[in-house]
Amino acid sequence: MENLQLIIPELFISIIIMFLLIFGVFKKNSSQLVYNLTTVSLVATLALIINLDTQIQSSLFNNSYNIDSLARFMKILLILSGIFVMLSSSKYIQISKISKIEYPILILCSILGMMVMISSNDLIVFYMGLELQSLALYVLASFNRDNLLSTESGLKYFVLSALSSGLLLYGCSLIYGFSETTNFNQIMVNTKEIEYGLTFGIVFILVGLAFKISAVPFHMWAPDVYQGSPTSVTVFFALLPKIAALTVFIRFLYIPFYELGDQWQMIIIFLSIASMVFGAVAAIGQKNLKRLIAYSSISHMGYALAGLSAGTTQGVQSSITYITIYLVMNLAFFSCLFMLKRNDEYYENIDDLSGLSKNHPLLSLSLLVVLFSLAGIPPLAGFFAKFYIFVAVINEKMYFLAIVGLLATVIAAFYYLRIIKIIYFDPEKEKFETKHNLGLKFTLVASTFFILAYFIYPSGIVDIISQININ
Amino acid sequence: MNFPILSSLILLPTIGALFIFFVRSSNSQYQSSKYVALFITLANFFLSLYLWIIFDKSIVDFQFVEEREWISGFVNYKVGVDGISILFILLTTFITPICVITVNATIKNRLKDFLIAVLILETFMIGVFCSLDLVVFYLFFEAGLIPMFLIIGIWGGERRVYSAFKFFLYTLLGSVLMLVAIISIYWITGTTDVIKLYELGIDAKYQNLLWLAFFSSFAVKTPMWPVHTWLPDAHVEAPTAGSVLLAAILLKMAGYGFIRFSLGLFPDASLYFVPLVYTLSLIAIIYTSLVALMQEDMKKLIAYSSVAHMGFVTLGIFTMTQQGIEGSIFQMISHGLVSAALFLCVGVVYDRLHTRLINRYGGLVSIMPKYAIVFMVFTLGALGLPGTSGFIGEFLVLMGAFKKNILVATIASLGVILGAAYMLWLYKRIIFGKLINEDVKKMVDLKRFEIVTLWLLVLPIIFFGFYPEPLINSIEVSVANMIDMNDLDKINKLALGD
Repeated sequence: MENLQLIIPELFISIIIMFLLIFGVFKKNSSQLVYNLTTVSLVATLALIINLDTQIQSSLFNNSYNIDSLARFMKILLILSGIFVMLSSSKYIQISKISKIEYPILILCSILGMMVMISSNDLIVFYMGLELQSLALYVLASFNRDNLLSTESGLKYFVLSALSSGLLLYGCSLIYGFSETTNFNQIMVNTKEIEYGLTFGIVFILVGLAFKISAVPFHMWAPDVYQGSPTSVTVFFALLPKIAALTVFIRFLYIPFYELGDQWQMIIIFLSIASMVFGAVAAIGQKNLKRLIAYSSISHMGYALAGLSAGTTQGVQSSITYITIYLVMNLAFFSCLFMLKRNDEYYENIDDLSGLSKNHPLLSLSLLVVLFSLAGIPPLAGFFAKFYIFVAVINEKMYFLAIVGLLATVIAAFYYLRIIKIIYFDPEKEKFETKHNLGLKFTLVASTFFILAYFIYPSGIVDIISQININ
Repeated sequence: MNFPILSSLILLPTIGALFIFFVRSSNSQYQSSKYVALFITLANFFLSLYLWIIFDKSIVDFQFVEEREWISGFVNYKVGVDGISILFILLTTFITPICVITVNATIKNRLKDFLIAVLILETFMIGVFCSLDLVVFYLFFEAGLIPMFLIIGIWGGERRVYSAFKFFLYTLLGSVLMLVAIISIYWITGTTDVIKLYELGIDAKYQNLLWLAFFSSFAVKTPMWPVHTWLPDAHVEAPTAGSVLLAAILLKMAGYGFIRFSLGLFPDASLYFVPLVYTLSLIAIIYTSLVALMQEDMKKLIAYSSVAHMGFVTLGIFTMTQQGIEGSIFQMISHGLVSAALFLCVGVVYDRLHTRLINRYGGLVSIMPKYAIVFMVFTLGALGLPGTSGFIGEFLVLMGAFKKNILVATIASLGVILGAAYMLWLYKRIIFGKLINEDVKKMVDLKRFEIVTLWLLVLPIIFFGFYPEPLINSIEVSVANMIDMNDLDKINKLALGD
């Protein structure tokens, strides 16, 4: 029973999912109500997680489920992002006519899957969580089923993701074959010497995970899925799965495979450099904002991986800091995107932003702050995110990685500047609507303020993250 | 000294900017936001003047040092001034109100936004000059790009987008290597605190690479040949106030960085790279002077002359002699005043005729006599006539150079002649000659605010030309200390084989 107390948040979400399913079926026209209930239950989950005793470090269910500081922090991050995504996209869902009861329930399912992934300490538990979140995401991607792009993106995501899951599963089976266990800690104990099969297993697992966080060269799905999915799903894609996948990355690299560092370090460095450079170069030619942010997030994942590749606790902490700041920046960016609405139609091309600053000075200012922050220009939060990464990387004498990464920021700065140019320097177009719901406004203001004021007290987040211990 | 005077200097403009931002004003009330900006910048000027007065010029150490924990266990927010940086702060706070006065004529739209950008930029500029931590320095140094990018891009001329991008990307590319170097310094020595680093010193085996990384950033910002090409574009397209800030202060950040960081932290490497800097400086002096001769656009001509003048600055710094470094600092202050004034002068005629082409003008002396007088003073200041501040700087630099390398000094002296050639020729073509164009005849002489701003700049140029003592006095001790501390003299002597 003590074990059950520790997984109350997960149990709570499961019960809510079942309850909402039944409730939604029996009560007619309840989609908005279910949506709101979902948001409320996410807030309740957040409270439950925060309420758990922070001192507890325990492994449940035969050592296959971890409740530790990493899991706790990542879950808080996950649920918070979930709440803000729900808050900012409620209006969008109504207007794009995808307000059905299944939508929030699927989101809850996938969040539950991610929570399982974050806490998993066993190959099978991990795979279960992964599939739960992925299956929900396939449906979400094609949720706007009358739209050709949306169905295409759902199908594309399903086929490619299934392939990567297959690879991942194959990797898991290899690891099991060579270490005779599925438990992460046991794997570490049993794999003292390197065997080829083991290396293959690691590579397959890393490929599968790289696919999930869309690192180059396993990024092909991301631009199409980002563009095709409804924007409310895109923002979900851009934020939450990254948290879960990064946590799993950390767990895999730093628990079972920690001793095999020289086996995976080069792979991570390659993924990181390829993502940083490719993401920066490929985004230059984009015309669609969602597609552009897909490439931008590929590039950002490269930086997060760069932190991991350092192979030190400091590197992991810098990655976690990076992903935290990345979440806030993307949240702010998508909130701005949700505000580009005119006559019940949402605009998502870069050209639609033309001259925005004349009609919407505040919205433009937020975009300005967000874009400069994404480009990593001080004193905005994005700079600090990159700064921590490079501090960790240079500490390990990986100068090549650091210099390539910094040069990639210069390339990336170009396309962010191009958007700013269109907003501020180009002639204005028709006005957008200025009335937005409170949740959206709050999300934008809170996230922009965070980015802008981060430099005043940068220690806050770092102090929290520095208490996370991995092993 | 408990009152955080330096932090107030840094924060005051931002507070002013926030005030202007949050106080809603309609078009008619734009004037009020202008007065707020003027008030804030003037207050800042008097505050820095007060700082200069109570600053003890006989003490070597940094004064008014403030230190606060910032990124825990890693970087401390640390500011302080010595005799060198205080002059640059004074220059910044002196030039900014002048820019604010001129906005009436030059900025037609979105005045409020412009003032906010200028005020934020002032915060960053002052921050650069008084930060005593490498990370804090980098933060201010880079952050200045954002407001300047917007100033060029929103209020600039026809090719403003191209120029703004070029300015931003060039400078960013230069600075990223500096960030790598700063973090490396942290891991080598365990601190990024400049004062501690001065005491600790950096192992000679790391110095060369670190020096190059810093150099890549400062060389772009200075700008040195061959990475100077962003400057003419940026100057030509920027609005008058933007050009003034760019020429007068932003370029000086790099010269200041050379003295504070390249010389101060990497003395061995600085010595090692002296031939490189000499060569680039000489090319800058001769080549860009020749290029300046050929320009048909007034702003472009002055921009190229800036590159040549900054060539003198880098040359002087890397002579590593008391005279050379003092001369460089003096030259930077003087160039800050003179180039600001020249860009204002261009702005004056541009507002009337809306062209910067030199051959569209001519014969202005008969219809704008007041303008002809001030423009003459600035022209003479730019070519370094004795009695103007330009002379002292160039003279000291050349003195330092002659002490070290006669060939280099001789070639650099040629630059003075070329400088006289292009400036006087510019003056001749604009002010003298026949009044041919009908529209030129309709131009009116200086308005009152123009007289005020221009004479405000004439006074220090002439004053410091005749009596450089206050400035020299302020920097003397700090420069001597820097030379002592790093044994620059001794290193020099060894290198020369004395």
